[in-house]
Amino acid sequence: MALISDYLVQGVQMLLVLALAPLVTGVVRKVKARLLRRRGASVWQPYRDLLRLIRKEAVIAENASWLFRAAPYLIFAATWVAASLAPTFASGLMFSWAADLIAIVALLGSARFFQTLAGLDIGTSFGGIGSSREVMIASLAEPALLMVAFTLSLLAHSTQLSSIIEVTQSPAVGLRISLAMVLVSLVLVALAENARIPVDNPATHLELTMVHEAMVLEYSGRHLAMIEFGAALKLLLYMSLIGGIFVPVGMARSGDPWPAYFVGMGAYVAKLGVGAVALGVFETAIAKMRVFRVPEFLGGALMLGFLAILLLFVSRGHL
Amino acid sequence: MTARPPFLAKLTGRAEPDATKRRWRRYPIDPAAWDELCGALGTGLDLVSLWGEPGAVHMALREGDEAVIVTLPCPSGRYPSVGRLHAPAVRLERAVQDLTGLVAEGLPDARPWLDHNRWGVRHPLWSAEPVAADGAPYPFLPVEGEGLHQIPVGPVHAGVIEPGHFRFTVNGEAVVRLEQRLGYAHKGTAALMTGAPLAHAGRLAGRISGDSTVAYALAFALAVEEATGSQVPDRAQWLRGLMAELERLANHLGDIGAIANDAAFAILHAHTGMLREQVLRASHTAFGHRLMMDRIVPGGVAQDLAAEGRAAIAATVGHIRRVFPKLVEVYDETNSLQDRVVGTGVVRPEWVNQFATGGFVGRAAGRAFDARRWAAYAPYHSLTVEPPVFEQGDVNARVWVRIREVEQSLTLIDRMLETLPSDPILAPLGSGPAAGPETEGAALVESFRGDVFFWVRVTAEGRVAACHFRDPSWFQWPLLEAAVEANIVADFPLCNKSFNCAYSGHDG
Repeated sequence: MALISDYLVQGVQMLLVLALAPLVTGVVRKVKARLLRRRGASVWQPYRDLLRLIRKEAVIAENASWLFRAAPYLIFAATWVAASLAPTFASGLMFSWAADLIAIVALLGSARFFQTLAGLDIGTSFGGIGSSREVMIASLAEPALLMVAFTLSLLAHSTQLSSIIEVTQSPAVGLRISLAMVLVSLVLVALAENARIPVDNPATHLELTMVHEAMVLEYSGRHLAMIEFGAALKLLLYMSLIGGIFVPVGMARSGDPWPAYFVGMGAYVAKLGVGAVALGVFETAIAKMRVFRVPEFLGGALMLGFLAILLLFVSRGHL
Repeated sequence: MTARPPFLAKLTGRAEPDATKRRWRRYPIDPAAWDELCGALGTGLDLVSLWGEPGAVHMALREGDEAVIVTLPCPSGRYPSVGRLHAPAVRLERAVQDLTGLVAEGLPDARPWLDHNRWGVRHPLWSAEPVAADGAPYPFLPVEGEGLHQIPVGPVHAGVIEPGHFRFTVNGEAVVRLEQRLGYAHKGTAALMTGAPLAHAGRLAGRISGDSTVAYALAFALAVEEATGSQVPDRAQWLRGLMAELERLANHLGDIGAIANDAAFAILHAHTGMLREQVLRASHTAFGHRLMMDRIVPGGVAQDLAAEGRAAIAATVGHIRRVFPKLVEVYDETNSLQDRVVGTGVVRPEWVNQFATGGFVGRAAGRAFDARRWAAYAPYHSLTVEPPVFEQGDVNARVWVRIREVEQSLTLIDRMLETLPSDPILAPLGSGPAAGPETEGAALVESFRGDVFFWVRVTAEGRVAACHFRDPSWFQWPLLEAAVEANIVADFPLCNKSFNCAYSGHDG
């Protein structure tokens, strides 16, 4: 019985992230539009876009290899699995014992690997420029993300997300400076990884300034749908991570009665809403930075993660 | 201004220029004088334009208060290149070669410019020969070096903008060279205007560059009125000024937001976009067309300003006065935006002086020239225009020139609304100074981008016998190539938007 309900909860989470991801993107866009005094498209527009793209014919460059076709599905699959592992409305899910925070980093890294290869595959200069910039950003964002993972693991004596959340949920955690530093670091990494302003601009038409968009310029139809869906899932994943680890309010635990799961879901949706509005406001208030400022930006994230670990060691009194 | 004696005085035979009314007289000269002039260009003697017609090449020059057009007859179809001594003439000479077949001897770069071999005809303005429109490949300048690669951009862009091709050679992110290829928007407007009745030619002139339709129509009208010796009623002159300032206001507001938007700072774009829209709506209420196309005609204006339009303009000006300072504050105090615009795409003062670059590109790099003040055509003869000048030459300076000009335009519009005399708005054209069957006129008019030059020859029957126009972008595009060097590729859109050069106006 317990096994069945575990499967059920995990299954619900997998579907829930799929169902909510486009909505989060839609809400961010809506918030930005409203702040610009535009009416903006409906928050459901990303669903319609995905449907439209899936129905459309995929136009593929003549010199594209199998990799170009396969990459969108690999990207989508890796991101979906990563999103299913993230803490959403309940901790202690089935899969979370099979994969830890480092596995999430690795899954996202694999997705990016295929994305950059696909950008290079068709041989256009924009794909190349996008891939090169993406790798530059990734080479700084991934270490920073690992620092975040290490700090949290040190705190929880485990890299398992469920254990980490148990720690942050417990009153014993208190106010910790290292957690605050890790939070800032994770937010910076999330902005860079999701191609948001100030690192990249998801809404630009300027080919020469693109990072993520430049890599996917050649994609169309169902392939583009997979990539866009993957990008929406990734945004949701980062919001879930930040919300789940740092604000584990209302999250259901393994073995809780059913109503707790519904409370957890409500809290999760509320967290996503806050995250989406905050992102929209932040993106409206800031201009995009020069490409070569990105290393400084992410260097800050890396340094914060590093300091958080050091602080943890020092405060415990043993190295 | 340099210490050497004024050059053009020798031609005009006048010791002191006639500063009250600047007329572009045309003087035929011999090859020796041509060479002498070419050598002096760029040292206080500005090249205003260069164009050809069958068997002759013309050059419009400006020095201090003096303005002349010199003509070198070249029945053999060859003339000594100006570009070999004065780089700003190179593209003009390439265009002359494409359109008329006149060969500039010694031109350092003789590749075609406007002609992409798609017209089905060669040298359309002189010895038009049919050729196959097979689009010959264009030899881009060779680039050599370790680790360099090229990025071709355009002519079709991801945004809704005009067509132009940019060939970047980059080393990683750093731009080593930018080479532009233009001419995609060539419509053959000069050829269409030739032989057309003045009214029709005026409509064509207003379509050379849609965003500067008022400036072009005004330049054409002033040139025609000079050729025909016509008097324009006072009210028409003031209405023309009003339209010109509304056009400047709308374009500058749009530009300021668009530049911020290229740094992904969309909120400024949204707000200036709203202000621009209000200006366009007020223009529609006042003159019946959002861009005021076809409202300026030779002899006056086509539509009078009613009380309703006057109120709409006054209300818009009042609204912009209230809102605009807040937007300027946002622009100036957003650090992330300032970080992008300050020090980006620097244009050096020596470049703008050599190229005689007008508009915000020139004024942002220390060149104060403004045709409204220099030519002082009506109604600016009785208004004060103080061009804002900055020294830095970067994107930020070009934005600030626009900001100051917006403020100035608001003041000018107020003055114009106050002063507006009550006269007829249209007068019949004169018959010229009885000099012969054909008469000529030229005008320099300040568009929002810079000085538009228009030259026209009118027949006694009131048709255009020949014409030439030069967009300010002819002397701005080349500086964009220079300004992005050593910048990074990702900053090009920002530099480009701050230049906002015309494609259609340039390509003609």
